[in-house]
Amino acid sequence: MYPADYRYTKQHEWIDVKSGIGTIGITDYAQHELGDVVFVELPKVGAQVKTGESFGTVESVKAVSEIFSPVSGEIVEINSALADTPDKINTEPHSSAWLIRVRLGDAKEIAGLMDAVAYQAYITEAAAGAAH
Amino acid sequence: MVNFGGWDMPLEYSGILAEHQAVRTRAGLFDVSHMGELEIRGPGALDLVQWVSCNDASKLIEGQAHYSGLMTACGTFVDDLLVHKISPSHYLLCVNASNQELDFEHIVSHNRFDAKIENAGPRYSQLAIQGPRAGEILARLTPAPLADIRYYHFAFGKVSGVDCLIARTGYTGEDGFEIYFDPQYTDKLWNDLLDAGRTADIIPCGLGARNTLRLEAGMCLYGHEIDETTTPLEAGLGWICKLGKGAFLGSDVLERQKQDGIQRKLVGFEMQDKRIGRDGHAVRIAGHDVGRVTSGGPAPFLKKNIGMAYVPLESSAPGTAIDIDVRGQSGSARIVPLPFYKRAA
Repeated sequence: MYPADYRYTKQHEWIDVKSGIGTIGITDYAQHELGDVVFVELPKVGAQVKTGESFGTVESVKAVSEIFSPVSGEIVEINSALADTPDKINTEPHSSAWLIRVRLGDAKEIAGLMDAVAYQAYITEAAAGAAH
Repeated sequence: MVNFGGWDMPLEYSGILAEHQAVRTRAGLFDVSHMGELEIRGPGALDLVQWVSCNDASKLIEGQAHYSGLMTACGTFVDDLLVHKISPSHYLLCVNASNQELDFEHIVSHNRFDAKIENAGPRYSQLAIQGPRAGEILARLTPAPLADIRYYHFAFGKVSGVDCLIARTGYTGEDGFEIYFDPQYTDKLWNDLLDAGRTADIIPCGLGARNTLRLEAGMCLYGHEIDETTTPLEAGLGWICKLGKGAFLGSDVLERQKQDGIQRKLVGFEMQDKRIGRDGHAVRIAGHDVGRVTSGGPAPFLKKNIGMAYVPLESSAPGTAIDIDVRGQSGSARIVPLPFYKRAA
């Protein structure tokens, strides 16, 4: 379910880093919590993002969720296809429905994020908490 | 699951969009057992109902229901409700879950008519089967002549062998039925209705779709469009405000408001860009804050982003351009007539 080579945040974003470029999206857990996604607002290419700061919003029928960047850096690409097909976030959150690509300012930042095993444990705990 | 007026209720089952679409095109089943029921009995029952609510219950025939408002002395809403006339000395009121206790106390405090008032919520479960195929599905489980139950009328009959009050009412803008029965049969009727509707692709629906459906149909929700600060006249509910029926709680205030004219009015709006105006967002005209969005969000069937808001009367005409402050960014919108959606007759 959760790709082993991605890294994850507590706010349910994922990042896949290859050659200094990080592709960022929201996790399957996040899309499930949000429900049917109807609108995505992303920044422009060239904008700077900062670790832990909001760079956009994903809106479902029932809620608005801010998306927080797992790393600092410069946006080199945005997934403009999501403007017309925001529902891809529900069906392919870990692949075609990525949100932005960022050139990392500091590649070492990734070390502070969860791996797939830790994230799986984290959301299992979150789900158990929600049941009580 | 979300907590709603003390009840744990699913916000969605298969997804709000799919559930919304099912009700508009086929059928959906809602467990609305959280809704409150109050029963008023005795020779003074009608007088009490007439005194506390703004619609004219003397016009109801046995087996008929209507939408009404439970009024404060200021002509504002304690709650909105459905009034069912079971007999000349027996009325069943269906009220909002979160207001049930307050409604009960309010009605008791105005009972100069020696009526018997029962908070009957614990004695009823309620399921709503809604959508163009709702009647066809329900007919498979009941000998009651559903075709003879006109809109906003009801009958007593068995559904799957269980005694029910079967009302042709709903909160979705579609045809459909709401059935009231002994809570011990909730699981049975829920499962039997889903089974009976399988060939019609009925699906279970949660609070999320209930809200998008009623919003698209331009229906008010207590705590959003109406509350203790709003009157029926401001909310576009003049049709349930029967000032000619004789004095009732708040009627003097409403009479005056009708003569003087309302200052603000509930309107519908459609977003003109991709932004989504939501509950609580500020409404601006020419840079000035004029009100707040009472309910707003996507309209899944119309595929537009819509909402309702109070605006000054002089700015309430359909076509008027307004701005919605969507988390610091301005979204443009246009006032449109209500309801947004009306089913084909």
